[in-house]
Amino acid sequence: MIDFRIEANKFQPEKERDAIAAPECGGYVSFEGWVRNRNEGQEVLRLEYQAYEVLALKEGRRILAEAAERFPIENAVCIHRVGTLEIGDLAVWVGVSAGHRDEAFKACRYIIDEIKHRVPVWKKEYYTGGDSGWVNCEACANHPHDQHS
Amino acid sequence: MIKLNIEYFAILREQAGFDSEQIETEVTTPAELFAELTQRHGFPEMTTVKVAINDEFGDWQAQLQDGDSIVFIPPVAGG
Repeated sequence: MIDFRIEANKFQPEKERDAIAAPECGGYVSFEGWVRNRNEGQEVLRLEYQAYEVLALKEGRRILAEAAERFPIENAVCIHRVGTLEIGDLAVWVGVSAGHRDEAFKACRYIIDEIKHRVPVWKKEYYTGGDSGWVNCEACANHPHDQHS
Repeated sequence: MIKLNIEYFAILREQAGFDSEQIETEVTTPAELFAELTQRHGFPEMTTVKVAINDEFGDWQAQLQDGDSIVFIPPVAGG
């Protein structure tokens, strides 16, 4: 199974893990990305994720297909949340099962790195001072880099 | 003149003040279209914007067709 999904609601990674377990797999690697309470010196209260869903699904599935082509894995699933997330919430989950651990580690790393760079998903951070900003948007009006200028 | 459907996300949605619009324009490429819309909506300068034409990544110099759906993709930040 190769699958990329976008979820508006919380999901259970344990269920996803069970779904990609297989008798021919001797290794399983997962990655969880959580909402952190600080970013670039700012105290973060919560996040909002937005996705261009149609293209995000296409690009996410392309990334997983690339991972399956590069590394001899059995199953790979990635789920990305959208909507408002609180500190500690699960924002992204990647699970890979393979015959052996090495390819599972490599494929999992490949998937999360490519997802972060290529999938059209955006993150807005809300800070304790009342400011907010779209992450990676260098010139945006309310970005933390600009607030003291 | 061609009619284009434009959908906005993230900073561009906030700056435009709405999710989408349909416009009639004389422009022929996404590059020209983005320049026109930047002027109209006051989009911020960004280092790496991409364009999607009809829900697939496209070329800034592509020839736009009547009825195309366009999305400009500001720097992404998933994960």
